[in-house]
Amino acid sequence: MIEARGLTKRYGDTLAVDNLSFSVAPGKITGFLGPNGAGKTTTMRLILGLDRPTAGRVTVNGQPFEQLLQPMRQVGALLDAKALHGGRSAYSHLLCLAQSNNLPKRRVDEVLGLVGLTDVAGKRSKGFSLGMGQRLGIAGALLGDPQILMFDEPVNGLDPEGILWIRNLMKALAAEGRTVFVSSHLMSEMENTADHLLVIGRGKLIADCTIDEFIAANSQRTVRVRTPQPDLLAKLVAVAGGTVREDGDGSMVVTGLDKTEVGDLAYENAIRLHELSPVHASLEQAFMELTASSVQFHAGVPQQPVTAGKGA
Amino acid sequence: MASTTLQPTAGVALDLPRSAGRVTFGGALRSEFTKIRSVRSTYWTLIAMFIVVVGFGALASWGRASHGGQAGPFFDPTRQSLAGLYIGQLILGVLGVLVISSEYATGMIRTTLTTNPHRGVMIAAKGVVFTAVALVASLITAFTSFFLGQALMSSHHIGTTISSPGVLRAVIGGALFLTACGVLAFGLGLLLRHSAAGIGAMVGLLFVATILVNFLPQSWQNDVDKWVPALAGGQVWMVQAQPPGSTPMFGPWPSFAVLCGYAAVAVIAAVALFRRRDA
Repeated sequence: MIEARGLTKRYGDTLAVDNLSFSVAPGKITGFLGPNGAGKTTTMRLILGLDRPTAGRVTVNGQPFEQLLQPMRQVGALLDAKALHGGRSAYSHLLCLAQSNNLPKRRVDEVLGLVGLTDVAGKRSKGFSLGMGQRLGIAGALLGDPQILMFDEPVNGLDPEGILWIRNLMKALAAEGRTVFVSSHLMSEMENTADHLLVIGRGKLIADCTIDEFIAANSQRTVRVRTPQPDLLAKLVAVAGGTVREDGDGSMVVTGLDKTEVGDLAYENAIRLHELSPVHASLEQAFMELTASSVQFHAGVPQQPVTAGKGA
Repeated sequence: MASTTLQPTAGVALDLPRSAGRVTFGGALRSEFTKIRSVRSTYWTLIAMFIVVVGFGALASWGRASHGGQAGPFFDPTRQSLAGLYIGQLILGVLGVLVISSEYATGMIRTTLTTNPHRGVMIAAKGVVFTAVALVASLITAFTSFFLGQALMSSHHIGTTISSPGVLRAVIGGALFLTACGVLAFGLGLLLRHSAAGIGAMVGLLFVATILVNFLPQSWQNDVDKWVPALAGGQVWMVQAQPPGSTPMFGPWPSFAVLCGYAAVAVIAAVALFRRRDA
């Protein structure tokens, strides 16, 4: 359980994190989403005690991270796969991390096997590909068999195989009841992995909800219609309060009405329909709408109170 | 990479009681020792220090033996054989800076602190490990340099022996001098968190300052020299009294304490900042 209350971080004139309050609940994957520069990495650095908050506080299992006696057994974090000495072998890198928390040596071999780096354990990590570096970072995060895992943009720059591997790993970790907190600027990535979403923009929390709630709340009702009488239908839709857009290929896209309303409207006015299909707004679209402008940060987005685990 | 499965069953479990796996000072020491012995720069720097100090001392001793002939009343054969320490201090200083600045240069510091966030414990362990490694290397270097130098000078009967008064103190003092310079550099590296800046500051304080005071009027030097880190530190590896008219200095150990004072100020300031700063 990660809990932030009024978390604020200012670097000079820049307000990187602005009064964030949220909880990350155990047993699921919480996606931490926002455009580049929204404050995701800063928030993670604050959680891990790398930076001190300007105001507010954040705790891990009830304590500030820097006071945990068993940091690696409680939290495994991968902020930046390149945050290691490239001249050190993968094995030595993991060994020095394990030793600092008095974890047994054999654990290093175990996690190397887990991420598939056993064959290159003795090699210096500066020669590693991006994907191998990412696996080494994840091996480090898994050393302590932690309850909480934090990954900052873990799939950035990875090939499809690497992306799939990390996705599956995160799902497996969450299925074991662990807390997985993963950031991304890619909505599509969240759509595939996350159960819950925290969305931030310009340092502020703009949504805290499940994926489905997020799509429902942020995408307009949209229906694709194909008809030989487009002009007539367009007029009727406008009267009913919807808007119509030509979609080039002879179909039209109706927003503001759902497929039942459009279907009924056509039937009652004896308009022939050749296609009537709902358009599922993707998370990507919803995300773009949400972060399109700062005005929309406040419009139509449910800033739901955090319920999971709070006060429990 | 072919050995990796696409479907990891997390399989992350560690069969240790939940209470196992704590941060301790002993663990931090082991961790820091693993770090220092697992990068090549440690070996290269220490080997370079050994070769340069011993080689320079041998050259100075051989030169003195083959060209000097008679030794005057103020000739100090111990100091002659340890002459390489003036360069050795800079090489060990580079290692002292790099031991900490490389963590910042590579980003390793973030991984270090997200696995052991107890900054005081971590930095104390790093300091102790570096000091211990530096001391061992310095002792080996100083004694080798001394014995090789004396062997070269003994043919002309201008050498000395380890059992002569003050000689053992001077050779051990030479090793302590090197180590203290390394610790000073470590403090500067932690303070500046940047390899080039740290090395620059270290060279400035240990080397440039020493040269600059030479250009001061003698009356000023009489007041200033005893407080210059490398000049003060140099007193502890001399045996022979300086000729009359030389710049007055403190005795060997008080002089060494001056150097240690610089190192302590650098380290204490750096650690205080390190515990508060964003990493």
